[in-house]
Formats: sequence, C-alpha cells, structure tokens
Amino acid sequence: MSVKLGVPSKGRLMEKSFDWFGARGVKLARSGSDREYAGAVEGIDGVELVLLSASEIPRELAAGRIHLGVTGTDLVREKLGGWERQVEELAPLGFGQADLVIAVPGFWVDVDTLDDLDAAAAAFRARHGFRMRIATKYHRLVREFLREQGVADYQLVDSQGATEGTVKNETAEAIADITSSGDTLRANHLKILSDGLILKSQATLFRSRGSNCSQEDRVVMAELMARLELD
Amino acid sequence: MRERAGIRAEAARLKALFEVAGARSVEAPVLVPAEALLDLYGEDIRARAYTTSDTLRGEQMLRPDFTVPVVQMHMEHGAEPARYTYAGEVFRRQEDDAGRANEYIQVGYEVFERDNPAAADAEVFALIQSVLNGLPLRAATGDIGLLTAAVSGLRTTDRRKAALMRHIWRPRRFRALIDRYSGRAGMPPTRAALLADPDPMVGAAPVIGQRSPDEIEARIAALREDAAAAPISEGEVALMDALLSVRETVPYALEQLRDLAVDMAAIAPAVERLKARAGAMAARGVDVERLDFEASYGRTQMEYYDGFVFGFHAEGRPDLPPVATGGRYDALTRVLGQGSEIPAVGGVVRPGLMLTLREGRE
Repeated sequence: MSVKLGVPSKGRLMEKSFDWFGARGVKLARSGSDREYAGAVEGIDGVELVLLSASEIPRELAAGRIHLGVTGTDLVREKLGGWERQVEELAPLGFGQADLVIAVPGFWVDVDTLDDLDAAAAAFRARHGFRMRIATKYHRLVREFLREQGVADYQLVDSQGATEGTVKNETAEAIADITSSGDTLRANHLKILSDGLILKSQATLFRSRGSNCSQEDRVVMAELMARLELD
Repeated sequence: MRERAGIRAEAARLKALFEVAGARSVEAPVLVPAEALLDLYGEDIRARAYTTSDTLRGEQMLRPDFTVPVVQMHMEHGAEPARYTYAGEVFRRQEDDAGRANEYIQVGYEVFERDNPAAADAEVFALIQSVLNGLPLRAATGDIGLLTAAVSGLRTTDRRKAALMRHIWRPRRFRALIDRYSGRAGMPPTRAALLADPDPMVGAAPVIGQRSPDEIEARIAALREDAAAAPISEGEVALMDALLSVRETVPYALEQLRDLAVDMAAIAPAVERLKARAGAMAARGVDVERLDFEASYGRTQMEYYDGFVFGFHAEGRPDLPPVATGGRYDALTRVLGQGSEIPAVGGVVRPGLMLTLREGRE
C-alpha cells in the first residue's frame, strides 16, 4: 500500500501542481514518455502519484481510491453531494483561479441583477412559450444558486464546451460558466450579472474522508503533511 | 431499510380503508414525461426527481409523486365527482442527506369535486387523520388562498401583483419584491442609471440570441411605469406581515384573521372559507379547538397547493419527514387541463414511517 496522490494529468494545472509540491520538497514528475500517464515521486517514500483528468479527481476522492487530490473547488462542489462529508479541504494552492458566473448578452441593458434576470425570464416564457435557456455544465451548482435566489422560469441546457458561443448560436439565452479574466465572455458579447457570482474556485488540495489507510500509510501521511506544512 | 413486505401490507390496508371511504383504486405509470413536470415546477424538480431518457420518448422522470399522473388521468377521462386512491413507490433524488429515503411507498386519497370545497377539504383531512390515529403526530394546517387573496387585494399595479403571485412559493424573492415595491429597499443603482438614460439602447453591445431588442424595450417601458407607480403603503406591508405571522390554534387564528380582514377586505372571503372548513372538520369529529394553523405553512415545500394545506409531523422527531401531507390544488388541474379545470384536494401517507413510529411506541 501507499498514499495515493491524484494530480491533473496535463497542462498548466499539472505543471503548477508540480511546482507547488516541488517548492515544499516533494518532487513530482511524469515518468516515461510525454504521452504516458504515469508519475514518479521523489523526496518522500510511500507516496504514489496518480495522474488523472481534473474532473475525475472528485469522484476518485469520494470513492477513496486516492487519498489526496488536487482539483478545482468548482468540480468538487458540482460533482459531490454533501461534499464536506466526503472530502476535506486541506489547502488552496493559489492558482487555477476561476469564477463560476451567470452571464447574459451585453445588449440586455435592462438586465443587471438576478432580480432582472428573473423578471426577464418570466416575460420571455410568456412571449416565446418556453423557459429561458441557460447553458452550463455546472447543473447542480447553478440550480441550487438560482433556487436559493428565487429565480424561476428558466431551464438549464447542457453545454460541455464553447459555452460562450451558445447565445449567438441561439441554443441558449444566457450562460453559467467558469471565467478567469472575462475576456472570452466579452469577446462573445456577454456580460456578467452584478450579483451573478456563484462560486470562486481555485485549485485546492483535498483529502478523501472515505479512503482506508494502513498503519504504514498513516505514518507516510503524517510525514507528507509535515512536509507540506499542513499538520 | 424496513422490510418491504411489511410496508406493502400496511399500504394495502390503508388503501382498502380509502376504498371503503368511497375511492376508486387507480394505477399510475412509474415513468412520467419530464416535460409536464418541468413546465409545472421548473428546473427545481430536477433536484428532487430522477431523470432518465431514451431516444424515442426523450426525457422521462421517475414519478416523484402521484398527483400529476392522477390529475392527467382524471382530466382525460374521469367522471365527476371522483375519488381515487393509489399505493406505490415514489422516487426522490437525495443530494445532501444520505439518511433520507430516495424510494418509498405512498398511499393517497384524492377528491375531484366542484360542490362544497369546505366539505371536501374536511373529508380528506379527517380521513387521513383517522388512519394515523394513535401515532405521536402533530398536525399543522395552513391556507395558501389567504395569501393569494391578500396579494390580489393590494392597492398597487397589476404587474406588481402578478410578480408577487408568481413568487408566493419563494418567500425570499417575495420579501425582496415587497421591500422594493414599498420603497423599504432602494432601487439598485444600475436600474436608476438605466431609467435616467433617455435612450439606453444606444451604444449597446451587438444583438445576439433569441431575446429581441423589442422585448428589452418592453421591459424598460414596464420598469419606467413601475418607477412612476406609488409605493405599496407601509400600512399594507404591515398587514401583510401580520397575516404571514398568524400562528395559532384554529379558533384564535380565525379571530386574528377576522380582525385583519377589517382593514384587508380582500381576505374576507378566504377567511369565510377557512371558517366553513373548520365547521366541516368539526362536524367530522376533528378537534379544531386544538388544531394548529400557520398562515405561512406550505409556502416552501408544497408548490402546487393553492388553498388548504396540511401535514402530520412526528412529535420529537424533527429528523423525520412528515408522515402525511396534503392540500388543495385547483390551479394544478387548470394547468394540466388545458382549459378545463376541476377543484381538487388530496393527501398522501407514508406507511413506512407509520410502521417506524408504531415500533417506537411498542
């Protein structure tokens, strides 16, 4: 057995994660060729690096197949019901910042708040005969947010990519998506509602509450936590 | 989980009692077209019901309750008046509390009848109460009709009343609207700027999507009209607050509501209906002297109820969901009936919870 650490398998998130652990004396690296998803850990014994898609890390943590994992708070909250009972947030890592926001066409000069969106949705349904469509891949987070805020007469339509283009393509009237700078939204003639911030997300180190640890693993975990200054 | 056979036997016993009371036994499909439920409840239903799909019939939901399929069945080919009973599983998606059942058996009794709604309300309540007899339960009752009557009687624009009606079941947004319409909350600065701008569409971003510029102009015109309308008076807001906070036994609640109706004439017919219902309940042996009434009851949980509402809650067990719930849903039949409607009232009990409580007693 060993302590399994899940890290995003590619791109900036992987590199920044490697940097964060490296700065604390735990050297992570992809082993073998560039295309092989296997990892190596130096500087501490008994820790195994598991490279995974960031979107699968919440599920693996919940199932207890990995002990620790780096992923976005947005993904954990979207994918895990009662997330606090399934995983523990150990440390925000200071990168991968993104906001989950609701955005509408910039020319909707009459819509700036959720209150406006709700009123516009009611009028839209009366005029068009269907509920105003909001494109997103964060169904649970968006629905919970809008229910809490008392917005009605909308529907969520699934969009797994290029969500900012859905309004122009007339498959949605508004969107709920992750943005970091807002540039893509602006380029697609969309604006963020002034009270439309659903969640501030960043890459975060999580610990599974459901994984089994052998006595040996516990010692390794304690040592790792000390190294990462999280004890 | 409790043994299913025992729950089934209890369900069959209850259904037989409902049949003795005059109901015809009906079946309902487990899979319900998602569209009907989504149109009624909006996107929130997805948090409560399991959705599945195939390429032929599209999205289907595992029935979260029997009300919609039973109403649909009745509207298509039911004779009037009608009494129905059913027993079967309902499915509720659980995302936050793993301790709550996502599948359980409900036994229901529904009355579709035009004459004497007070008697029909009392019939359903008294019958449900009688089958629960002996269990440690507290009954709560309410009446959404009081609230809708109060809103329709406000001295303000039809548009404001329509917005408030739409949010009766969302207390937070309802409150925010009241605060704004009464001037308690100021206008958001962005809206003030919009209204001050004589031609706000000039220089706006490119037109994209299906919501058209004339829809935006229509809303701006509506906002201007609203800004010019007089605020809802402090006195009316205070009366609404007083109405919402009525929480008493039925006789005292009636007394308070009659006092309120002196200044709030619009609720007088609803108060009379409440009085008639209390009389009908007493005639059926319900102890109305000690029955609780809460004007806000049913505002957050029971979206389709629009009149009398009730629930039976296990005493000392706040962890348990209500053992029985019910109410009047005239508006639902209007929506599902596409033009036709029939006053309807009904209730459901959960035999599994009844057995749990009965065991707790032994």
